[in-house]
Amino acid sequence: MDWTFLIFTLVKIAVVFAVVMTMVAYAVLVERKVSAFIQDRVGPNRAAPFFARYIPFLGPRLVRWGIFQPVADALKAILKEDYTPAHVRKVYFWIAPAIAMVPALLTLAVIPFGSQIGSQKMVIADLDVGILYTFGIVSLGVYGIVLAGYAANSKYPFLGGIRSSAQMISYEISMGLSVIPVFLLVGSLNLSDVIGNQSGSLLNWHVVKQPLAFFIFLIAAFAETNRLPFDLPEAETELVGGYHTEYSSMKFALFFLGEYAAMISVSAMMVTLFLGGWTLPFLGLDQPAATIGMGLVHILIFLMKLCFLLLIIIWVRWMLPRFRYDQLMDLGWRRFIPVALANIILTAAVLAFVRS
Amino acid sequence: MTDLLFIVFAGLALLCGFLTVANPFTRSPVASALFLVLTMVWLSGLFVLLHAFFIAAVQILVYAGAVMVLFLFVIMMLDLREEERRQWNRFGVAAGLIAVAGLLGITVLTVVRSGISGETEATLEGTTPLLGTALFTQYLLPFEIVSVVLLVAMVGVILLSKRELK
Repeated sequence: MDWTFLIFTLVKIAVVFAVVMTMVAYAVLVERKVSAFIQDRVGPNRAAPFFARYIPFLGPRLVRWGIFQPVADALKAILKEDYTPAHVRKVYFWIAPAIAMVPALLTLAVIPFGSQIGSQKMVIADLDVGILYTFGIVSLGVYGIVLAGYAANSKYPFLGGIRSSAQMISYEISMGLSVIPVFLLVGSLNLSDVIGNQSGSLLNWHVVKQPLAFFIFLIAAFAETNRLPFDLPEAETELVGGYHTEYSSMKFALFFLGEYAAMISVSAMMVTLFLGGWTLPFLGLDQPAATIGMGLVHILIFLMKLCFLLLIIIWVRWMLPRFRYDQLMDLGWRRFIPVALANIILTAAVLAFVRS
Repeated sequence: MTDLLFIVFAGLALLCGFLTVANPFTRSPVASALFLVLTMVWLSGLFVLLHAFFIAAVQILVYAGAVMVLFLFVIMMLDLREEERRQWNRFGVAAGLIAVAGLLGITVLTVVRSGISGETEATLEGTTPLLGTALFTQYLLPFEIVSVVLLVAMVGVILLSKRELK
């Protein structure tokens, strides 16, 4: 066992975890601010620690932007009474929130979030089967929700759990099929190779080469993360709160964090697969960094693309109404799967024609 | 390191496999299904130790992620109390033991006859293109036959689930 490898990997894991958790906290704030903007409200503008008023000029503005709101939310989630209803199945009730949270974080292990700093590649695990690993882990995400629905031992959560398992399995298929054309183009399952394949010009980005695949992947991502317009597992108006109806305090917060972490990891996948990862096609930003500064710039580019996609996901939530369940299933099975299959055949045929 | 991990993964796989069929704490089918999921996860760990990364990922993706979710989906729809009340059935135990002994016999016999020693290195070092090439050239016919079998099963399920054909 190589000690430097072990230490650098641990450092990378710690940093990625910290950054993702901060992003999750502030994604919630952005969500509330964006929704307020769309609905012509103000949004969170009150949470203020005692020292805020002593900061000249910036203090009141930070309060008005709600910068301290995530801290207050986190404290509330931790300090609230953790109530376990008498009728729940205790073991499942306790492990379900953890299972909901973990897969979203594990997915990030294979995402290359930068080129390199020094001789260290900016990816936690550079697997040759990268994308299969991500799909494998994403497919485990459904257990948290299903178990939460089952553990609650009451009707609405159960319906939510059943809905989510059907929905997530259906959209996993279209998601998996939609990325196959991308890998036909690349010729490798390694995510670093996928990024290398997109360098050079904006026209090399897979979102330009495979717009249909990107579109299907994006829609499937909404369904996989249980976000509006496909948030049927927790549809408030029909199911109270769906699978997390019986949860309170930190356990509820874990589902919440899991949802946002899943949003981040699915956006990271989209950035890597379709938007060129950490590259930009000018100023030589598409080559692995030679200096530490350039390495940091690459990470910054990746984060900016990630935030852009997160903003789209949040924006869509407040613009579109919820689908009906049969519409959701119809869209997944009768529209996306045939279209994705046609896309695979078309891409394969074109590639065979071009290369022969 | 690899030997230690092998013992850990194999031990956990055996333990979870045992808890799937004979859990002393609960007879809930949901618990059995979840332990089967864990068994799959440890098995994929064993595949990783053999450098078969593709198989390991597919094991998680297909079995733990899709097949077992559907199992769980169906189990949760059933009336579990009846299942938990059910008594041991002598015929069932005997048939189960015979089936397991038969499977074990076939597996052991196959391994012994194939003449594999414990030192054999993996021939297809896990790279996906090599595996794909092997499947579509050397093993094309078995591969296609398996695909057709799956297709027949799918058509059969659709036929069975549609009570009235229009």
